[in-house]
Amino acid sequence: MATTVPILPKASAWKLFFKTVFARAYPRVVGQQREKSWMFFDIFLPILSIAAYVYVYRAIGAPEEYIGFVVMGGAMTAFWLNVLWSMSSQLYWEKEQGNLALYIMSPSSMMAILLGMALGGMLATLLRASVILFIGGWLFQVRFVVVDFWLLILVFFLTMTALYGLGMMSASLFLLLSREAWHLANLAQEPIYLISGFYFPVKNLGFWIALGASLIPLTMGLDAMRQLIFPSATQFGFLDVRIEVIGLAVLCIIFLLGARLLLNYMEKLAIQEGRLTESRR
Amino acid sequence: MILAIQTNHLSRIYKIRGGKKNSPKELVALQDVSMEVHPGELFGLLGPNGAGKTTLIKILTTLLAPTSGTALVCGYDVVKEAHKIRPIINMVSGGESSGYGLLTVRENLWMFAQFYGLSSKEANRRIAQLLEVVGLSDRINTKSSDLSTGLRQKMNIVRGFLTDPQVLFLDEPTLGLDVGASRDVRRFIRQWLDDHPERTILLTTHYMAEAEELCDRVAIINQGRVLACDTPASLKHHLQREAIYHLEVSQVENHYSEHLKAIQGIRKFLLRPRDGYAVLELILDQDETLAAVVNALTQNKVRIINLQKREPTLEDVFVDLVGKSMEDIERGNNGANPSES
Repeated sequence: MATTVPILPKASAWKLFFKTVFARAYPRVVGQQREKSWMFFDIFLPILSIAAYVYVYRAIGAPEEYIGFVVMGGAMTAFWLNVLWSMSSQLYWEKEQGNLALYIMSPSSMMAILLGMALGGMLATLLRASVILFIGGWLFQVRFVVVDFWLLILVFFLTMTALYGLGMMSASLFLLLSREAWHLANLAQEPIYLISGFYFPVKNLGFWIALGASLIPLTMGLDAMRQLIFPSATQFGFLDVRIEVIGLAVLCIIFLLGARLLLNYMEKLAIQEGRLTESRR
Repeated sequence: MILAIQTNHLSRIYKIRGGKKNSPKELVALQDVSMEVHPGELFGLLGPNGAGKTTLIKILTTLLAPTSGTALVCGYDVVKEAHKIRPIINMVSGGESSGYGLLTVRENLWMFAQFYGLSSKEANRRIAQLLEVVGLSDRINTKSSDLSTGLRQKMNIVRGFLTDPQVLFLDEPTLGLDVGASRDVRRFIRQWLDDHPERTILLTTHYMAEAEELCDRVAIINQGRVLACDTPASLKHHLQREAIYHLEVSQVENHYSEHLKAIQGIRKFLLRPRDGYAVLELILDQDETLAAVVNALTQNKVRIINLQKREPTLEDVFVDLVGKSMEDIERGNNGANPSES
């Protein structure tokens, strides 16, 4: 029997990898849109937060660029929330549902599964972020003037890769920490809004705090994108965009490698100890 | 011929974490299990909750490493060659809630098929075919969160068969299903193996009738050890020399148990209180012992409502091997094995 079993050749292994990525992205891209409550929770509520900041800034006579910063920051919170709650905690939920054992047992790699989750989450969130950006920009009369379109695309791509790399890495961590991770996620949510400068230029926090906050890819990503979308915003920029591009590229490598290493460790632990795929204990 | 499954002195010990001051406790889930399953067999693992069935399945499906011993699936080692085993096996567990509620039945099944490299066209063809067979084709576009437990389990069953595995592991596949749905699932499993005689199924169950109806061979497992392994007919044959009686008696109190224990020739007896009466199952060395039993009951003012001599079942085999019924073990089982449901 064993001699007749086909072992996947190299080309098929790649094909399987991409099929898995696509298939695991599907529930997020297609399935999540079926829950119509996202329009309220993911669009309406963030716009309320944005509106609060906009009215405060206008009341205190803050520079007009701040209005655009807030709208952009509000749109980018969708990605942070998605990474924190849907990406980082996802393996834990997969375990609880009984999917994790089926994923580990299947011939496809766990990295492909995680990548699919990330890609699906990113695409689904892109829709939400775009709607927030569009409605926020229209409501508060924000003028977007893109300085360098392709550089903007590059910054966005690197920010998303590093951010979801961080999400993939923390997915394994959350699984290992189990319920304690829930508290960590709660703890991380609001402080990151503050230190990553979602609603104001991160430069205002001072160099060292901003540098520390740059471990979260959205800090540098948001700062660079603001400089590329609002030409007069360079005076509020934390670092030169080119330096931020390099920083984001380094974060991409660190987080993706970290995700792979932690995933391997998690899978090994699951098989050795038998507790990570067990949802009934 | 390469065996579908082969285990040699397989053991698994769990380390259960105690409090901060306590050192981890060890819990033996599997102990020295050696068995062989041939290609084309429907092999049953029969045992109560906590017996080690799920642990064994986890090892064979490459989800858990054994503490000692070896296990081979289609000739491949579960530890060293897991990547060769995974494309050719699949598993379905009873009561599982895998997949995503927001996806339809077809979408969920398609997604899992992709993880095995099936083309979308082939996956959709097989999905339509298998859903037809299990009577779920009218729900193909229903969100899986809208399915009842029975229908959801049918979807899970289809997921397991979808990839046409060489060896399929079914862990309590009818757990929690009603009689009709269980019958449908059992019929489907048997039919599939008849249609694919080169495939192998390892099924765990704690339903005696299920093992008896479906399995070519059965291993009886308790406390991590395989106590017997043979065809259901051969296992029962060993008991055919004994006399097996089913009595329904008026007294529920079991004060007469001591009298029964004292009777020579009673191999095993089980007393189960029911609503207003009790059931007494007896395995006697010979029919003549029944007279002494009836005498003891009469002396204790116990009225016999019903008395039947019957053919041995796998339940009797289990009682003969373990000394207790599976029901009694499960009632007294305080979660001995952490991996069992």
